[in-house]
Amino acid sequence: MMKRSFVGVVKPRLFYEAAAGIPDELKVISIPPQVTLFLKKPADPGLKKDTVPLAKGDGLKTGVKISLSRDSASCLVSPVTGKVSGVSRFEGDFGKEYVSIGVHTAKEEEFDEGFNTAAKTPSLKGAADYFSTLPGNPSFSVFQNPEKPVQTLCILGLDTDLLGSTNQFIIKTRENEIQKGISILKKITQIQHVILLIPENGISPNGDVGAELKKVKSEYPSALPALIMKNLLGRSIPVGKRPEDLGVTFFTAEAAASIGTAASGSGIPVNKTITVIGKDGRKQMVSARIGTPIQHIFSELGMVTGHMDRVIIGGPMTGSAVYSEEYPVQGDTGTIILQDRTDIVPVSDYPCINCGECVRICPARIPVNMLVRYLEAGRFEEAAELYDLHSCIECGLCSYVCVSRMPVFQYIRLGKFELNRRQGTEASHE
Amino acid sequence: MSDKKFIVSHAPFFHDGGSIVTRSCHTILAALPAVIFGIIQYGMPAVGVVSLSVSCAMIFEYLLNRVTKRPISIGDGNAALIGLLFAMLLPATSPWWMVVIGIFVAILVGKQIYGGIGGNPFNPALVAIAICMLSWKDIFDFDEALRHYEFGFSAAYPLASLKHFGVSAVEGFSLGQLLLGRQTGAIGSTFGIGLIAGGIYLIVRGFIRWEISVSYLLGVFITALIFNLASPAKYGGAFFHLFTGYTLITAFFLATDDSSSPVNLIPMILYGLGAGVVTMLIRNIGSFVDGAVFAVLLFNIANPLLDRIRPKALGKVTEHA
Repeated sequence: MMKRSFVGVVKPRLFYEAAAGIPDELKVISIPPQVTLFLKKPADPGLKKDTVPLAKGDGLKTGVKISLSRDSASCLVSPVTGKVSGVSRFEGDFGKEYVSIGVHTAKEEEFDEGFNTAAKTPSLKGAADYFSTLPGNPSFSVFQNPEKPVQTLCILGLDTDLLGSTNQFIIKTRENEIQKGISILKKITQIQHVILLIPENGISPNGDVGAELKKVKSEYPSALPALIMKNLLGRSIPVGKRPEDLGVTFFTAEAAASIGTAASGSGIPVNKTITVIGKDGRKQMVSARIGTPIQHIFSELGMVTGHMDRVIIGGPMTGSAVYSEEYPVQGDTGTIILQDRTDIVPVSDYPCINCGECVRICPARIPVNMLVRYLEAGRFEEAAELYDLHSCIECGLCSYVCVSRMPVFQYIRLGKFELNRRQGTEASHE
Repeated sequence: MSDKKFIVSHAPFFHDGGSIVTRSCHTILAALPAVIFGIIQYGMPAVGVVSLSVSCAMIFEYLLNRVTKRPISIGDGNAALIGLLFAMLLPATSPWWMVVIGIFVAILVGKQIYGGIGGNPFNPALVAIAICMLSWKDIFDFDEALRHYEFGFSAAYPLASLKHFGVSAVEGFSLGQLLLGRQTGAIGSTFGIGLIAGGIYLIVRGFIRWEISVSYLLGVFITALIFNLASPAKYGGAFFHLFTGYTLITAFFLATDDSSSPVNLIPMILYGLGAGVVTMLIRNIGSFVDGAVFAVLLFNIANPLLDRIRPKALGKVTEHA
């Protein structure tokens, strides 16, 4: 746990992993007997009841494409061979809906031809169908909007949250595949301007990977896309817009490497690289099949969970805690943290005392002290209009420094989510 | 299934460990040198006032929590801090009933009716002291209040002497003497070095916003200097005003109250400067001997307005009216 320093007049500073903190070893986790695959549903309420055309007992081959019955764009590529043990729905944070597919894995692995065909002659359509659930979750839908052409592709060579070392590890160990992936991406998207973002004091590639290199400051939260846009590309994202609206999109280094692996014909990339951090803070890099329950990884690493501990998927600032060790690894699971019960600082229901710590640390210059008062009272519209709710870049630093230990960041996310939901409801009534 | 359950909460999962209790405790700690000096100077009556004030503050906090059916917040140390600051502003000879009434006003009118900590638009200790000063003016006449004491230095209250008899009456006070607390005044406001040390401690630890303290002192200094240059025989020197009356305790402990002061840079500076200037205007041309209390209360009112001056948030485009 990072504590407030004795000298409090300067704001606390948190840093991304430096090169020395990136492990060398990669531990490969065996294929578990049972995996769970999550297929994310689009927010469209018309597809609420939609599911996948699979039933218990159906066979799956590695690399086969599974899509929703009524929306073939929502799909995943099976990372394992086996038999379906059940299909159900799963609700994630903030109303995100998934179809959850349980699979009993088979000992002998069989490969579906569709994937390799798509990989041999890469095209945007084939990539969108087969690559978007590869480790790193590259999103190809952004290239298919003719109104907003993407001109710049940024590849994150570091994890956006603290402690995570996955992307730096990928650059360290899979530079050739990244290079290959970048050249494929350039070919299929016709984008010539590719930037690889590397940490100031972290891992950088040895050779030319076919991308312009830009250095990201080592202080959190410099690697968040909104700050990269502002500081490194000189183009602040206007409130309510996304990088894609300015012709920029972000991929992770792992996504680029996955595409490189797929296109080089050396099989389907199905293993996710994950930074696993134990209670003692020890960091290990593991490679696990997508769909592997976290429990399986913990048990192979000899990590023991206890009552009232916290299991965090994603980083310590922006990740999410899960309630079950059955929760599977997904294409975007970069970091798994096991936090001991004694390290948990509970939030409180104290009001804001107006100390100003959050205002000082906010990288988006939001008047958090005022914003949180409106959010707490549920007055989300005013919060957005008067106190810059939508300027928030979601770094979590306000909660980190809050003297009253208010869940400031959660209030902000809730406010954004509620406003979004209300807009959606209004739109569907029109 | 086992009985093992995980804690599921929202991001972030790290916290820097800061808390209201630490903040209150360290502010009390920083005020202690000045309080202890006051006790040494004024003896048991000062112990009585401080103890009564702190204990009554905590008792009233508890009772009002019960009456308003809100969570008991006595443990956060804020009530004790208000009690201590209130006592520091009182003469050692204050009667017990005024201490009790004053602290009741501080906790009820100053804090609880606005919903408790964080909601108060004014510094609670200052609200109470202002009401006491207006209601029982004679008790705050330090020359009268402390007339039974033998100090071994001039027992005349410097600000009152200056006001009534001009600069020649305070020429006996050297700056070193003032800083060492060889002057009369309220229990916790005379020991300059102690207050400055406490203030620097709070600034370094980040428990108060240094911009407010510095700009307040600057406001006092500049205004006093202008008056002094205009008429050196009538108005006291700039350093004299910095080290007498409530100036130092206001700069480091009162003006910096979290909820009644601004948090953005320019507003903090305007707030500090403004309160400093008004302090000096009251001292030099107003009818009160010391203006710090009313000056800060005045700028407490201005705080919400001042704090609207703030930097443009990320991604906000300039709007043209």
